[in-house]
Amino acid sequence: MKFGGDEGRVHSRTIYVGHKSCPPNEAYIPPKFCDNRIVSSKYTVWNFLPKNLFEQFRRIANFYFLIIFLVQVIVDTPTSPVTSGLPLFFVITVTAVKQGYEDWLRHKADREVNEYRVSVLEDGRRIRKMSAKIKVGDIVEVEEDETFPCDLILLQSSRDDGTCFVTTASLDGESNHKTHYTVADLESDLQYLSSTIECEQPQPDLYKFVGRMHIYRNSQEPDVRSLGPENLLLKGANLKNTQKICGVAVYTGMETKMALNYQGKSQKRSAVEKSINAFLLVYLFILVSKALVCTTLKYVWQGKHDEPWYNEKTQKEKDTNQYLKMFTDFLSFMVLFNFIIPVSMYVTVEMQKFLGSFFITWDKDFFDPEIQEGALVNTSDLNEELGQVEYIFTDKTGTLTQNNMEFIECCIDGFQYKHGDGSSELDGFCVTDGPVNKIQQKAGREREELFLRALCLCHTVQIKESTMHRQDQIDQIDQIGQIDQVDGLGVDHEFLHPPQKEMGFIASSPDEIALVKGAMRYGFTFLGLESKNMKILNRNKDVETYELLHVLNFDPVRRRMSVMVRSKTGDILLFCKGADSSMFPQVRQEEVERIRMHVERNATEGYRTLCVAYKHLNAQEYARADADLREARLALQDREEKLMAVYNRVETDMILIGATAVEDQLQDEAAQTMEALQGAGMKVWVLTGDKMETAKSTCYACGLFKKNTELLELTLRTLEDGGRSREERLHDLLLEYHKKAVQDAPPVKLGITRSWSVAGHDYGFIIDGASLSMVLSSSSEPNSRRYKNLFLQICQNCTAVLCCRMAPLQKAQIVKLVKNSKGNPITLSVGDGANDVSMILEAHVGIGIKGKEGRQAVKNSDYAIPKLKHLKKLLLAHGHLYYVRIAHLVQYFFYKNLCFILPQFLYQFFCGYSQQPLYDAAYLTMYNICFTSMPILAYSLLEQHICIEVLLEHSTLYRNIAKNAMLRWKLFLYWTALGIFHGLVFFFGVRFLFSNPALQDNGQVFGNWSYGTIVFTVLVFTVTLKLALDTRHWTWINHFVIWGSLAFYVFFSFFWGGIIWPFLKHQRLYFVFANMLSSVSAWLVIILLILLSLLPEILLVVLRKPRGPHARQKKSSAGDPQSPQSSARPLLTRTFSDESNTVI
Amino acid sequence: MASSYKDEDGHITVSGSGAAAGAGGGSLRSKKPENTAFKQQRLPAWQPILTAGTVLPAFFIIGLMFIPIGIGLYVTSNNIKEFEIDYTGVEMSSPCFTCAQNFSWNGTKPCTCSVPFHLDQPYESNVFMYYGLSNFYQNHRRYVKSRDDSQLNGNEESLRKPSKECEPYAKHGNKPIAPCGAIANSMFNDSLELIYNDPNGTKVQIPLTATGIAWWTDKHVKFRNPGAENTNLTVVFQGTTQPVNWRRPVFQLDSDPDNNGFINEDFIVWMRTAALPTFRKLYRIIQRRSNVHPTLPRGNYTLEVVYNYPVRSFEGRKRMILSTISWMGGKNPFLGIAYISVGSVCFLLGVVLLIIHHKYGNRNNAAEISH
Repeated sequence: MKFGGDEGRVHSRTIYVGHKSCPPNEAYIPPKFCDNRIVSSKYTVWNFLPKNLFEQFRRIANFYFLIIFLVQVIVDTPTSPVTSGLPLFFVITVTAVKQGYEDWLRHKADREVNEYRVSVLEDGRRIRKMSAKIKVGDIVEVEEDETFPCDLILLQSSRDDGTCFVTTASLDGESNHKTHYTVADLESDLQYLSSTIECEQPQPDLYKFVGRMHIYRNSQEPDVRSLGPENLLLKGANLKNTQKICGVAVYTGMETKMALNYQGKSQKRSAVEKSINAFLLVYLFILVSKALVCTTLKYVWQGKHDEPWYNEKTQKEKDTNQYLKMFTDFLSFMVLFNFIIPVSMYVTVEMQKFLGSFFITWDKDFFDPEIQEGALVNTSDLNEELGQVEYIFTDKTGTLTQNNMEFIECCIDGFQYKHGDGSSELDGFCVTDGPVNKIQQKAGREREELFLRALCLCHTVQIKESTMHRQDQIDQIDQIGQIDQVDGLGVDHEFLHPPQKEMGFIASSPDEIALVKGAMRYGFTFLGLESKNMKILNRNKDVETYELLHVLNFDPVRRRMSVMVRSKTGDILLFCKGADSSMFPQVRQEEVERIRMHVERNATEGYRTLCVAYKHLNAQEYARADADLREARLALQDREEKLMAVYNRVETDMILIGATAVEDQLQDEAAQTMEALQGAGMKVWVLTGDKMETAKSTCYACGLFKKNTELLELTLRTLEDGGRSREERLHDLLLEYHKKAVQDAPPVKLGITRSWSVAGHDYGFIIDGASLSMVLSSSSEPNSRRYKNLFLQICQNCTAVLCCRMAPLQKAQIVKLVKNSKGNPITLSVGDGANDVSMILEAHVGIGIKGKEGRQAVKNSDYAIPKLKHLKKLLLAHGHLYYVRIAHLVQYFFYKNLCFILPQFLYQFFCGYSQQPLYDAAYLTMYNICFTSMPILAYSLLEQHICIEVLLEHSTLYRNIAKNAMLRWKLFLYWTALGIFHGLVFFFGVRFLFSNPALQDNGQVFGNWSYGTIVFTVLVFTVTLKLALDTRHWTWINHFVIWGSLAFYVFFSFFWGGIIWPFLKHQRLYFVFANMLSSVSAWLVIILLILLSLLPEILLVVLRKPRGPHARQKKSSAGDPQSPQSSARPLLTRTFSDESNTVI
Repeated sequence: MASSYKDEDGHITVSGSGAAAGAGGGSLRSKKPENTAFKQQRLPAWQPILTAGTVLPAFFIIGLMFIPIGIGLYVTSNNIKEFEIDYTGVEMSSPCFTCAQNFSWNGTKPCTCSVPFHLDQPYESNVFMYYGLSNFYQNHRRYVKSRDDSQLNGNEESLRKPSKECEPYAKHGNKPIAPCGAIANSMFNDSLELIYNDPNGTKVQIPLTATGIAWWTDKHVKFRNPGAENTNLTVVFQGTTQPVNWRRPVFQLDSDPDNNGFINEDFIVWMRTAALPTFRKLYRIIQRRSNVHPTLPRGNYTLEVVYNYPVRSFEGRKRMILSTISWMGGKNPFLGIAYISVGSVCFLLGVVLLIIHHKYGNRNNAAEISH
C-alpha cells in the first residue's frame, strides 16, 4: 500500500528469472524487492496498547470522556473518577478487545498464508519453503487446487496447450474458470532458462499488466515476448483443471495485486449520526450553561455564606487562587453534570447497529435458492439510512433485468429470422416477421451460413470442462454427431439440448453465450478452442476448423470486438460484432439502412441488439495488421492507446451481414418493486449504459413510465433537431421542459410535498450521456450552474428519470449532483456490475446485486442482495424499522439522561452550590450501564411498531418517516421538554416530601442519601416504564429485559446497601434502600411520582388517537385481521409525524 | 464505537476466503438462513395499543383509587399533633436572647434558658421530640464528605490516622481527632429538657428516652467503638483528642456504655446528614407510660435549654418540635394533597376525554362513511 510512491521513481522493474544474471556474462546484482510476507495486521504485541489507545482517543467523544476523567483525577470533584472512568474503561476495553481479536484473526490468517509451504525450483531441484520466503525471481511450482502464493508469470503448464485455468473467487468473487497462457516458446527445462522480465511497478488494477520478457539463448540477441494480464497469475487465485504449473514471481508480499487491492472504503455516515451530533451540541451547550449558572451562583451565594463555623475550608482550599478556584469549580460542575452526555449511548448505538444488521443477513426472504446465498451486510453503519432513501439510482442490465440473455431473433441481410418453437420449421429457420412475412423471403444460404459462422467465431466464449477428461468430451461430442448422422435428420434444436446442458459456456458477457447458443439452434455449434484452433460443427455435421489469429478485445469505448481467423482454405477473415452506433460508421453503407430498421424495431421492443460484420483480409493487409498488433502489444507505455488505434484501423470497411436481438428478461417482480418504491415516495432514476430505445422499453416494462407519462427527452437526437447549435438548443429545451414540469405543475400544498402522484400529469425525463456532459460542463460557469439547476428541478418534478448511454463515471456524477442538491436528499444506488461501482460508492447507500457480472459491485456495496425484488423488503421493512428503532433510541437516550441529571442540577440550589451529588456514585455509574441500557437495546433491536407484512403492503407508510421525521428539532424539543418535566417532578416531589424528613413510623428521619435514592428509584422506574409504554411489540425478550432490569435495580440496591464495603471510603448507602422501603410514605411518593410523570404520555395517546392513524387502523383492520394491533405506532411518532404528513 | 474506527480499520483478512466481510456478513454465505422466529423477527409478541377504550378506564380507576388514599393520608396527617417552638433567641423578648448574644466557644459556664410554652391538646401516644435547624447546610459537599466511616466503624488504624477527607478536622495538635471531620465536629450539643407545669403548681420533669432514635443498622453495624467489646473506652481512645468544638471527649457522651462513644445515638443521628438546609433530627422519645394518662397532657410546659450551639453566625434557627407519629411518619400534608389532586385530575381528565372521545369518535366515523 505504501509502495505506491515507487511508481514515480522507476517505471518498470526488472526481474531475473531464477536469479540468474542475464545475459549470462553480465554481473548479477540481486535487486531489492520486498519479501513475500503478507502483513494485513495492524498491531503487534508491543505496539497494540499505545497504538490502539491513540486511535481510540482520536475520536472526539472518547477524548471528551477522557478529559472528564482526567479532570476528576486532578481536580477535587464531587464524583470519584470511577464514575466516568469505569464506563470509559469499559468502552475502551470492549473496543480494544474487539479490535485486538480482529487483529489476532488477521495475524492468524497472515501466518497461515506466510507459513504455507510452497515448492520453489532452485538449480533444478525442488525445495519446499515457506511462502513468506519467496523472493521476486523465484520459480514457483503450484499444483492443482493450490493457491498462488504471489503474483506469478506463467512459464510452464502441465497442459499441452500451454494454458492453465484459475478461479479468482477470492479476488473478485468470480467463480468461473479463466484461462491463462504460458509465455510462448520457452525451454521445456526451466533450469536452463535464462531470461529477464521487465514489467511495470505494482499497481492495484487486477486486469491490467504489461511486461516484456527477454529470453537469452546462446548469447544471441534476446528474444522478446510481450506479457499481459493473460500471463499473470494473481496471488489468491486458485489453480484449477491443471495438474501443475511453474511460474516466476514478479510481485511479492504487499506488492501483489491482491494486497494492493484491499484498501479501506471511505466511511459513510448516516443522517441519524449527523442528528446525534447536532443533539450532542445542544446538550453540550446545556451542560456548559448549567455549569456556568452554578459556578456564578456559587460565588454569589458564597458572598453571604462563605464559611460557617461548622464547615471550614481546608488549608489547601484557602490557599488556592480565587480565579483558579472558580475555574476548578466550573470543571467540577461539568463533571457533576457530564452524565447528560452519555458514554453508553455510543456503545448502545454501536451494538444496536452491529446486532441489528444480523437481521438482514438472517432474513430468509433474501435467500435466493439459485445462487444459494442470502443478503450480505458489508457495513452496519447505514441500517437506518435504508429508511430514509429519497432517490434510487438503478442500473438497468442485471439489476432491473436479469442479465439472462435469450437469443430472440436475428436479421440477415435485412431479412428477419425468428426462432420459433419448432412449429413451422424450415431448415431450422422460421420466418415470422410481420412486414416481410408475406414475401417469405430469405437471405441467400451463403449469407446465412456466413452470419452463423460469424456468431460462432466472433466471441471469447470458452467451454467449461466438466469433470470428465477432455478426450472423453470430444468423444461425447463425436457421439452426438454420430447420433445425429444416424438419425439422418438435420440438426434439430431439441436434439442439441443435452449437449447444451453439459457444455457450459464461460464468457465475459452473457450476450456472447446467448449468441453462441443462438447459433447452435440454427445448426452451428461451437466446439471449443483448442490450441488456437476454433472448431465449429456446421449444419452438415462437419467440423470446420479455423485458426484463431487475433482477438481484438471488447472495450466499452469502442463498443465492439473482433476476431481474425484463418480458414482451412487459407482465407483470412475478420469478424466483428458491436453496438449499432459503433458499427455503422465502420461498415460499407449499402447494407446499413435495411438493417438499421430492424435494429431499431428490436431496440424498441426492449431487446439488446448487436450488429455483425465481416471483412476479407488479403495476405498483405493481414501481415500489416499482424505486425501492428504485435508491436502494440509489446509496448510498455500507452499500450491501451496504441492497441486501440490499431483496432480502429483494422475494423474499417467491413461488410455488414446482419444483426441479432437478444432479450434480457426483467427481474422477478421488477415492476411491483418499482411501484412499491415509488409509492413509498422514492424517485427512481435508471442509469444505464444501454441505448435509449432499449432502456426506455425496460422502463415501460417495469412500470417506471406509464402510458400517460409525458416523456421529456434531452438527447443528442432532440438536440440536433432544431438545426441550431447544440448549446442553444440545450438551453431552449431545458427552459421548455422546466416550464412544463416545474412552473405549470399545480402548486404543491405544504402538507403533501411528497405525494406528487396527485397531479394528473406524470412526466418522465430522458437524458443521454452526451447531453448530460453538456449540461454538467457547459462552456461558461454561470451557464453550467444554471443548467444544472434547471436539470435538477425538472428531474425532481418527474416521476421517473432515465439516463442512458452513461459512462460509469457519469453515473457517479449524477448521483453526486442529486446528493448535493438542495435538501441533501438521501440517495441509494443499486447495481450489479463493475460499471456501477462508482455510483455505489458515491451514493449514501450502495446496494450490490449478486448478479452475473462478477462481484465488484457486491464487494464495494454497503449491502448486497441477490435480487432486485429484495430491495422492497430491505427498504420498506428493514429500513423503516431500523430507522424508527434508532431514532427512538437516540431520543430516548438523551431524554433519560436529561431527567437523570436535572434533579442533580436542581439539588445544587439546595446545597449551597457545593457540587454535592444527589445520587451515590454507584448509581451514577450504573444508571447508564446496567439499569436502563438493556431495555432500550432490546427495544431498538426488536421493535416493530407496525408489523412487517403491513409495512410491505402499504408502501406509503414509508413516507411517514421520510426526511428524518423522527429526529427533527420539534420532536427533539418534545423529548427534551418531557425530560425536563420528569426531572422537575422527580426532584420537587421528593423535595416536598422531605419538608418533614421523619418518614418512618418510628419517628426516625431520612438523610440526603435517602433523598437521592428515592429520586433515583422513581427515575429508574419512570424511565423504564416510559419505554414500556412506547413498546408496541412485546416479545418475551422485551418482557425479560424490562422487568429484569427493574428487578436487577432493586436487587442491586439491596446488595449494595447490605454490606459494609471494605474498599469504600464512605458507607453512604448502608441500608438506605431497605430503610426507604420500610417507609410507607416513600412507597406512596414513588408510586405517585411515577404515575404523575407518565400521565401526560398516556394523555397524549388518547388525545392523538382520534386522528389519522385511527382511521387508518380501522381501514386496515377491515382487510387484515393481523394489522389492527400492529399499525399503532409509538406515541411520539404518531403525534408528530402525523401532524406533518397526514391531511385528514 | 467500533464502527467509527472502521475507517482506520480498513484492513483485510487475507485468508482463503478473502473477502473481508463486514459486520456479521461472511459467515452466512451460501448458507440458507435459519427459519427461526427470532431470526426472522417473527417472535410471538404482545402488541398492546393504548386506545381511549383501554386508557379511559385506567384514568377512572386511578382517580377512584387515589382520591380515597389521598383523603386517608390527609386525615392521618391532620390527626398528627405537632408542636414547634423556635428558641434561637433572635428577638430581644425571647428567653434565650442573652444566651444567643453572649455565646462564646470557650465559655466555661454553660448558658441556660427556659422557654415556656402551652400545649392546647393532650398528646396521647408516644411523642417524638425533634430539634430542628434552619439554614444549616449539612448537605454541603465539603461537609458531607468530611467524615471517616472506617474510623466510625471501629477501625483502629483509622482511629490513629483519620482519613484525609476529615481535613481540616483530622488532627488537633499532633493528636488525631476522634471522631474526625466537620460533621462530628459540629455535632448539635444543646441539651433540652421538658418540664410539665402541673396546674397544681408542681413541676414535673418529663422522662426522655435517648435510645431508639437512630437507625438500628447504624447503631449496631455501621457505627462501632474501636477495641473489643466491654473494654474501657477511655483506654481505647487514648492518644486521640476530642473534636475542637466538643466540650467532652467522645467516650463521655453518655454514662450508659451501650450508648457511649461512636455508638451514641445522638451522635449517630447527627452523622446522618440531612438532605435540605432546613431539617429536623430526632432528639428524644417520650414513651407513653400509662393507658389512662396522655403522654403529654394539655397544659403549660417549660423547655429547659442548655444553650451550647451557636447558629446566629450563619443566620440559622433552632427549633424544638414535639410530634406524634403515624404509620406514614411525621406530619406532612403534601402526600395527601398530592394524591387527592392527582386523583381528581385523573378523574376529571377521564370525564373530559370520554366526552371528547365520544364526539371525536363519532365525527371520525362519519368521515369514514362519507369517504
